[in-house]
Amino acid sequence: MTTNQQQAPTGTPDYVMSPNSQTLSVLVENKPGALTRVTALFSRRGYNISSLAVGPTEHPEISRITVVVDVEQHRLEQITKQLNKLVNVLKIVQFDPRHTVQRELILIKVTADNSTRTPVLEIVQMFRAKVVDAASDSVTIEATGTQDKLSALLGMLEEFGIREIVKSGEVAIGRGGRAITDRSLLG
Amino acid sequence: MTGQQMTGAQALIESLEHAGAEVVFGLPGGAILPTYDLLMDAKKLRHVLVRHEQGAGHAASGYAHATGKVGVCLATSGPGATNLITAIADAQMDSIPMVAITGQVGSSFIGTDAFQEADIVGMTMPVTKHNFLVKDASDIPKVIKQAFHIASTGRPGAVLVDVTKDAQTGMMEFVWPETLDLPGYRPEPRPHGKQIREAVRLMLEAKRPVFLLGGGVLRGDATEEVRELVDASGIPFATTLMARGVLPDSHPSHLGMPGMHGTVAAVSALQRSDLLINIGARFDDRVTGRLDSFAPGAKIIHADIDPAEISKNLVADVPIVGQAGQIAKALTEELRARLAESDVRDYQAWWSTLDMLRTNYPLGWTATEDGFTAPQKVISRLGAISGPDSVFVAGVGQHQMWSAQFIDYENPRTWINSGGLGTMGYSVPAAMGAKVGMPDKTVWSIDGDGCFQMTNQELATCVINDIPIKVAVINNSSLGMVRQWQNLFYDQRYSNTELNTGHGSRRVPDFVKLADAYGCVGLRCERDEDIDDTIRQAMEIDDRPVVVDFTVSADAMVWPMVPAGVSNDEIQIAQGMSPEWERDI
Repeated sequence: MTTNQQQAPTGTPDYVMSPNSQTLSVLVENKPGALTRVTALFSRRGYNISSLAVGPTEHPEISRITVVVDVEQHRLEQITKQLNKLVNVLKIVQFDPRHTVQRELILIKVTADNSTRTPVLEIVQMFRAKVVDAASDSVTIEATGTQDKLSALLGMLEEFGIREIVKSGEVAIGRGGRAITDRSLLG
Repeated sequence: MTGQQMTGAQALIESLEHAGAEVVFGLPGGAILPTYDLLMDAKKLRHVLVRHEQGAGHAASGYAHATGKVGVCLATSGPGATNLITAIADAQMDSIPMVAITGQVGSSFIGTDAFQEADIVGMTMPVTKHNFLVKDASDIPKVIKQAFHIASTGRPGAVLVDVTKDAQTGMMEFVWPETLDLPGYRPEPRPHGKQIREAVRLMLEAKRPVFLLGGGVLRGDATEEVRELVDASGIPFATTLMARGVLPDSHPSHLGMPGMHGTVAAVSALQRSDLLINIGARFDDRVTGRLDSFAPGAKIIHADIDPAEISKNLVADVPIVGQAGQIAKALTEELRARLAESDVRDYQAWWSTLDMLRTNYPLGWTATEDGFTAPQKVISRLGAISGPDSVFVAGVGQHQMWSAQFIDYENPRTWINSGGLGTMGYSVPAAMGAKVGMPDKTVWSIDGDGCFQMTNQELATCVINDIPIKVAVINNSSLGMVRQWQNLFYDQRYSNTELNTGHGSRRVPDFVKLADAYGCVGLRCERDEDIDDTIRQAMEIDDRPVVVDFTVSADAMVWPMVPAGVSNDEIQIAQGMSPEWERDI
């Protein structure tokens, strides 16, 4: 993904999520190749992954893959059914954004010299982000939040000149006391 | 529990025997040598040495198809393993239970581009149901048990087990595991009572219902249950290419095969139906034709063991997930209960339409214009003379379609072919595997001259291992189905389809001499009047494989045909000839 520094803040930059975005949590056995099987299935069946995050869970035998895909409901059902057929896949949960906490982390290197540092720092404060590194002509900002919040932040910073961004995949967890991971998944 | 100390290779053989394998088709090489060394002393396990690994794969598949058991093939690392891929993909597409075992370079060499190293687990991921890399001898029994379970349960498929050389030579303590330890694998869903009731309600209300029976009926061993359902319902049925023979062709409710080369009755029944009851078929594009015009007036009941098949291509009004046999049984019970209350069925007008179509548009062929034998005639006579207890194994192309059309299948597992992947070269090795599994049956490989040249090296395997298959080469001296498409859609420009094996050609190779060179009996039949005698002569030979070179006309075409990508309503019964619907219905 490249971001044109001179781009005017009109149109939809490619880091803004489309309305069809769906978030799936895929719980898999923590075995070699499990991630490859999941991602290979997406490419083989012709689905695009917009975002991917993988990590351990509270159970060392279970890994959690959070996938954001950009498809309509019928295709999403197909994806879920095909994923369920993978032997290493234990459980798939489709998140309803209304009952989910979704976060991603972004690091942004933005041009900021003596004349622009102050307005940049104001934006950082406004978004409750923080500066993690600074140089004479730039600052590096760390922010976490929903896709919407981070898109808004990027939109605000754009006029100063974004030099580099790196984003984690989205992670998501359901609201309330219930957990989707459970040792009973391992039979 | 303590077990016997042994090497991983010994454990592999023990595990295969524990899992119920009786025969393994394979070919040795460096990375699988430790296993082959011990295979020499195996008491229960029979090994058949093939001449090419692809042959081992198709043989395992043919064996599995004919017997219903898991077929097993074995190869070395690198090229041995990659040579298996076509056969693995083929088995997976047709839901054949198969376990492929490959040797892998030592685990410390993995990733170094070592001699004969290939990432076969990575390569076969998209064409297997599941696969394993085993780097530790003590994992072998568990993995083999899991592999056989995954291959044979739920929707069957191909499973690959890649075993490093050090896992084969390492010492371990053999214990055959009691549990499977597959927490993410839930293969046996149960049909939902509500869907069963809804399906039966639709069946009773429908005026033009039709069953579409697919290969799932065979894989699920559900012939009896489906037959009861068909009989109790009085609803006509079509059998897909993968399902030929699941119910007898002579059954009065049978309409024939649907699809691109299906019968007019079967294709029209699906198109005109108001209720389509699909059991174990997957609405493949070769059956549906152009999807948006397929069965336009029909509600869809779709029963399949694989939930991902339901509403994949065509949205189901009533989805039923479960084993074909369980579903058919539940449907029959519900149907009988409803019928005992009142019988509101009214299929009479439907049946008279279908009977008229069957009468007016039977399968047939026209005499050839070049005076050479019609291939359809050869195949039809083969079926008639060899009879319904024989097993027929086709390659891919025109001869395959004619074999599906002009042989009457009365028993399940008597028709074997490569349906989904369409693998030329399938026939000879698959027939070999079928004959190993069913040694008392007459097994005919019906092959094309193109297909036959891809895998006929397995005739050597057949001769050496006393596997007397019979091969009918339907020799039209060309890649016939491609030629048919060139004739119909490419202005009769026959680009690279002439093979020079038939009438008036240089006969390269001469199939009779080839057969002779392999130690088979080679026969040639060039005239209509010799067909029956030649077949009978071949039937009498049972101590060696027989190859019959039936030289036939190259101009014969497979009819009926629905050209690719058009509606099934455009079915043609001969070139440029469509059924006259206005007059007929």
